[in-house]
Amino acid sequence: MSQSVVTFDNLQFRWPRSSRPVLDIAHLDIKAGEHLFIQGPSGSGKTTLLNLLTGINQPDQGNLNILGQDLCAMNSIQRDRFRADHLGVIFQQFNLLPFLGIMDNVILPCRFSRHRLSKAGDLETTARQLLDELQIPGELISRDVMDLSVGQQQRVAAARALIGNPEIVIADEPTSALDTANRDSFIDLLFSRATEHGSTLIFVSHDEHLSTHFSHCINLADINSILLENTP
Amino acid sequence: MRLLPLTLKSAWNRRLSLSLTILSIAISVMLLLGVDQVRKEAKRNFINTISQTDLIVGARSGPLNLLLYSVFRIGNATNNLSWQSFEEISTHPKVKWAIPLSLGDSHRGFRVLGTNQDYFKHYKFGGKRHIELAEGKVFDHVYEAVLGATVANQLNYKLGDNIVLSHGLSSARFADHDDKPFRVIGILKKTGTPVDRTVHVPLEGISAIHIDWQSGSRSPLRLNAEQTLNMNLKPKEITAFMLGLKKRIQTFRVQREINNYDQEPLLAILPGATLSTLWGLLSNFETILLVISAFVLVAGLIGMLTTIISSLNERRREMAILRAIGAHPYHILLLFLLETLIIASLGILMGVILLYSMLIAVNPLIVDWIGISLQITFLDWQQLTLLAVILVVAILISLIPGIIAYRHSLQDGLMLRL
Ligand SMILES: Nc1ncnc2c1ncn2[C@@H]1O[C@H](COP(=O)(O)OP(=O)(O)OP(=O)(O)O)[C@@H](O)[C@H]1O
Ligand SMILES: [Mg+2]
Repeated sequence: MSQSVVTFDNLQFRWPRSSRPVLDIAHLDIKAGEHLFIQGPSGSGKTTLLNLLTGINQPDQGNLNILGQDLCAMNSIQRDRFRADHLGVIFQQFNLLPFLGIMDNVILPCRFSRHRLSKAGDLETTARQLLDELQIPGELISRDVMDLSVGQQQRVAAARALIGNPEIVIADEPTSALDTANRDSFIDLLFSRATEHGSTLIFVSHDEHLSTHFSHCINLADINSILLENTP
Repeated sequence: MRLLPLTLKSAWNRRLSLSLTILSIAISVMLLLGVDQVRKEAKRNFINTISQTDLIVGARSGPLNLLLYSVFRIGNATNNLSWQSFEEISTHPKVKWAIPLSLGDSHRGFRVLGTNQDYFKHYKFGGKRHIELAEGKVFDHVYEAVLGATVANQLNYKLGDNIVLSHGLSSARFADHDDKPFRVIGILKKTGTPVDRTVHVPLEGISAIHIDWQSGSRSPLRLNAEQTLNMNLKPKEITAFMLGLKKRIQTFRVQREINNYDQEPLLAILPGATLSTLWGLLSNFETILLVISAFVLVAGLIGMLTTIISSLNERRREMAILRAIGAHPYHILLLFLLETLIIASLGILMGVILLYSMLIAVNPLIVDWIGISLQITFLDWQQLTLLAVILVVAILISLIPGIIAYRHSLQDGLMLRL
């Protein structure tokens, strides 16, 4: 059995100005190399969970262990460094900085993390290779990021999340702006790249149809003991 | 340092609004430095209206009054002093040279100064500059006049023209000394001092036109110009005189001696010190100018703040992406700090360049116009400090959008607010 990369125990989180917690998770274990799908309706706390995982927010209670390190024991600077070194993030949309070229967008994480810089090797070659693997044609690379289609932008974002082989890639509804064909090909590409680069993939979405692609699916409502406000 | 290229590229993306901001800072910096520069130059020129004269002596009155009428030809002496006193003091062993001054007449609004050739030899202004002739020569004869540049220019006089002096300061016809006209023999170069507005004639000329006058009105006994030349034209009184001493260090002693002169009540002043006092009285308006340009600068900085704050919302996404990639909120703060630093430095740099281009362009006009030449010097430490203060203030201002963005990025987390 492969080892755990993420373990939660009795994790609780409440937003500062809100009266009740959004998350209360007794236990969650994510194995290395896994492609995990976390499904939950809008407002159920998926993004909040990812905020905790990436160390942007801190749980009020409980243990959060990632790659053998206790995230709760770190200070904010250490958490940010940890995120830069070990995590790749893909958003729902608008992942790219409009004022940087495609190349610069892809290698951006290596500017914030020496660890990933050293793992990436020659930035230019690695970035080109990743873009090629994600089916961004070479002649597009000199274009303005705003000239790319939404699907192409998401694939560039995936290249950025994968550069320097971070142990964990986190994707927050990266396909919600794509049509079905694009969505499926994006997920396929992401899977094969994550496998090849040895990254664990954590993918959240409200769209349960996506679950067919994944080996391991979790419904947030099953592990979260807080009930959604508007559910009967 | 990875933040610097990011800042530059992000700023380049917003170059239109940022370059307008830079321009407005540049203009306010130029204005502030310009006003300061002109103020200092004006002061320097003012203080140098007369130089290398150790003492000015007149009948006892106020020091400012003495300075005003003897140097600036403003106001009147309440009393004259006797020629005897002048002769006695000017032959004092510590005295190197002396220039007698006789004031009281005018020509079409310009003051007439009776003096002798020593005036052209010893009078200095603007440091070590002599009075120089633009054309003609110095007077040598009783009815000859040397005109200041402005007098000649405004009244359109050429060498050889005849001019008539008026008694007193009015230009009313009846007071004219029209029986004894003066011939223009020399015209001076522009000095930027009251010399430009003065008609210079020999002391004997002053005596000549007053020989048939008694206490302000013409006596029935008339003498024409020729007849007058045969009379004794040695002056009995003068208004004031200037002294150059052999040793500077003796100035205070000689001053004291003159102030205690027992033949008649005299007052000796140090022109430099009195000029400074006078400048102090005049300098309110420069303070006002300076305050106004400081406000312009404040407006410029507020403009910068507005531009940066209004870009905050569109940049929120930028910040969330950077956070996801591993930027700490203090990186975000730094991003704003760097941006302001760049904008403010460019604004200041451009302001300084504008200032010097302006000074270089305007200098010839100013020399023509008021005769003052602006010395184009490098910024002094005071102005450099001012620029440093502007930079620090700009950076402090940048903390406002910086902290707002910092708080946004803490709040937003991975949520992209669209
Ligand atoms: N920055 C925040 N401050 C305060 N409350 C927040 C913040 N972000 C989210 N919340 C609240 O936490 C709850 C969970 O939000 P979250 O964004 O995690 O849901 P989600 O499952 O990601 O929804 P979606 O599918 O729409 O993205 C919501 O009730 C939301 O209002
Ligand atoms: Mg979400």
